[in-house]
Amino acid sequence: MGSADQPETVASSFWNDTGRSGITSWIFSTDHKRIGLLYFYTVLSFFLIAVSLGVLLRIELMAPGRTIMGPQTYNAMFTVHGVVMIFLFIIPGFPGAFGNLIMPIQIGAQDVSFPRLNLFSWWLYIFGAAIIITSLFTGGGPPDTGWTFYVPFSERTTTNVSLAVFGVFVVGFSSILTGVNFVTTIHRLRAQGMTWGRLPLFVWSIYATAWVQILATPILGITLALIIAERLLGTGLFDPARGGDPLMYQHLFWIYSHPAVYIMILPAMGVISDVIPVFSRKPIFGYKMIAFSSLAIAAAGSLVWGHHMFTSGMSDTAILVFSFLTFVVAIPSAIKVFNWVSTLYRGSISLEAPMLFALSFLLLFSIGGLTGLILGAAATDIHVHDTQFVVGHFHYVIFGGAGFAFFSAMHYWLPKFYGRRYAEKPAVVAWALMFIGFNITYFSMMVLGMKGMPRRYYDYLPEFTALNLTSTIGSWILVSGLILMLVNLFRGLLKGEPVGDNPWGGATLEWSIPSPPPTENFVEEPVVTHGPYDFSGSGIP
Amino acid sequence: MSEQHHIISYGKLISVWLGLLFLTALTVWVSRLDIGVGHVWGSLAIASVKAGLVITFFMHMRYEGRLLRWLLFFALAVLAIFIGFTFFDVLYR
Amino acid sequence: MSQPQHKDYAGAKLGMWLFLFTELFLFGGLFLLYATYLARYPQDFARAGKGMHIVFGTINTVILITSSLTAAMAVTAIQRNDRRRVLYLLGGTILCAAIFLFNKYLEWSSEIGRGIYPNSPRLAAGPPGESVFFSLYYLTVGLHGLHVLVGATLLSVVAWRVKKGIIHAGDYVLLENGSLYWHLVDIIWIFIFPLYYLLL
Repeated sequence: MGSADQPETVASSFWNDTGRSGITSWIFSTDHKRIGLLYFYTVLSFFLIAVSLGVLLRIELMAPGRTIMGPQTYNAMFTVHGVVMIFLFIIPGFPGAFGNLIMPIQIGAQDVSFPRLNLFSWWLYIFGAAIIITSLFTGGGPPDTGWTFYVPFSERTTTNVSLAVFGVFVVGFSSILTGVNFVTTIHRLRAQGMTWGRLPLFVWSIYATAWVQILATPILGITLALIIAERLLGTGLFDPARGGDPLMYQHLFWIYSHPAVYIMILPAMGVISDVIPVFSRKPIFGYKMIAFSSLAIAAAGSLVWGHHMFTSGMSDTAILVFSFLTFVVAIPSAIKVFNWVSTLYRGSISLEAPMLFALSFLLLFSIGGLTGLILGAAATDIHVHDTQFVVGHFHYVIFGGAGFAFFSAMHYWLPKFYGRRYAEKPAVVAWALMFIGFNITYFSMMVLGMKGMPRRYYDYLPEFTALNLTSTIGSWILVSGLILMLVNLFRGLLKGEPVGDNPWGGATLEWSIPSPPPTENFVEEPVVTHGPYDFSGSGIP
Repeated sequence: MSEQHHIISYGKLISVWLGLLFLTALTVWVSRLDIGVGHVWGSLAIASVKAGLVITFFMHMRYEGRLLRWLLFFALAVLAIFIGFTFFDVLYR
Repeated sequence: MSQPQHKDYAGAKLGMWLFLFTELFLFGGLFLLYATYLARYPQDFARAGKGMHIVFGTINTVILITSSLTAAMAVTAIQRNDRRRVLYLLGGTILCAAIFLFNKYLEWSSEIGRGIYPNSPRLAAGPPGESVFFSLYYLTVGLHGLHVLVGATLLSVVAWRVKKGIIHAGDYVLLENGSLYWHLVDIIWIFIFPLYYLLL
């Protein structure tokens, strides 16, 4: 949990000047940087667990029929893979880890508004995660419903759904408190001169994300509570035999879970908006539109939950409305992509690891977004609904988008907190392996889906064998790149070359303070006099 | 923004309370009338007025800055949209 | 926590309001279900609503409104530095909460005694809309009752701190936030009351 990774640093920094030492100086720390690292190492651990499950799933699908596991194990495994990836990695990942590490520094604050609440959020997250893990080994065994917990199956299955759902509920509460904390922080604790027009775009994206966390997560909370009530009390609210309507479950679930996609992708877009100008040595193009489009995506993205239900028997009117609104979300997303590309135009681009991940985000996210439109149009959705195409699509958005942005952020910001950096060449090799492996893995899935292979099946017809094998081999390339990346990154952070305060030539506030930062971040309260992408004053060309 | 706190007098709070009691009586009375579907909308309207009174005076919204008011309005609008958009399905199925 | 804590009064209140929004949305999910099922089963809902104890509902409404009044007056009292009165007023609110929950207990006992509870044989035999109505009623009111309990506990802690002098006329944001939470509990009930009791 981040405790063993303390580098020997000379100057006093948040690693050593708290006056306490040992594990308690971490797990009871209210310093946003320590909490950020706690989050980082916990989400990373869960990421690796879920990656391992994903690799096993791919091995099972390498050949038709039973390869290494039976259908029940397969069902449990894709459920746990999804639940862990979504609720324990990517949703808490960006706000919890990089939001905590970076956002307060970027606005020139000492900490978040409610430091103890921040620590409490982490503990809730750990508590919820522990409950989810317990649910795998107790009761009727690990849940086998898929991460969506759809009724009626989630009401009837004998697996340990109630406990798993309760764990997700607790994690959701943690997410809510983080959102409350961040909105308050961004409103109240900006340094003098840090106007809304000078906020780094990462902060804007965290702000929009925090609003989604506040307004959508409670709906997930009540939905999950209802599943438990259905199972334990037999309330019958989603049971047609007793007057209920299973579609209402899907409505409630997706009212949260579609906006949740934006909890995953918005901060990723924020990272990209910070990385691209720095490595193009050029101010961001269209600052206002990028900031605005973050809010627009958060807002419009909250209105499109129905597009997950086109084939569920929802009314045609609703299909029409939700399909239309889905296309509306494409507009702010495209605004962002165009602005990033315009920032690149005529910049002096430096292809270092954070930038390579950021550029692959651009490509992979665009593929993910455009295939999303195929699913967002009701007519084409009916053909590919619930196929491997959907799996490919959302991995392009969430792994190729949010995941690659997470890796970009790791290479871009972690040296700040360790004062040391990784070796560049292995990082580039790792990136290349991951990029290639990623595309082989998930593009094959999209083709499979087009050909009609359904998702969540552990077996398939023989004609799908070649593509499935390709996809599995791709996953091995992807994972070998991932391992190389992590080994290189952490070796570098612990033993690599020391970095100065501003290794990349960034103009946001985190680059104006020492690496690693002191506990109180700023020795004296900063006064902000220029925008976040105004490189003229940053000293480094 | 924060430093002057408005103090609401006991008298004002008690008159708001009397108003709330009156509206409670009114809503019970309205529910006895034979106006069909009007019940639902009528009692929701009265409930909204009551909630408005609680927010405005008991919760001091009247004396808060513009930010909180906008945020409240925004949150309520989002909730209304969540409920309203579901009816695109429920009403036309 | 080593950094000097400058009290950010407006920040603390903003945080509380944001948290209240999340509570509102938690109940919002249940109100959403209520709205859609009312649209589907208007007759069943009306018939089920007739079986509710309107007297209990009305009394509890008055009790909660009064408890909200005392909570709001407690804020005024602390601003006027009248600690003794703050304690009496908060005591009044907590007492109201207890009476409210006791009434709830009587009401639920009577309903369960008549065979009305989720998944009961009586509801299973009746029209589907009634079963949905009562399931929603138990869930919504149960969740609200839980909030009454949490709110009363919160206000007890606040009252203790007022007594200890930790909360005083110069620093009372905890009292104000506790009272905000209590008003939210009241507001939720203001909507529950007509939707479940007065739908004749």
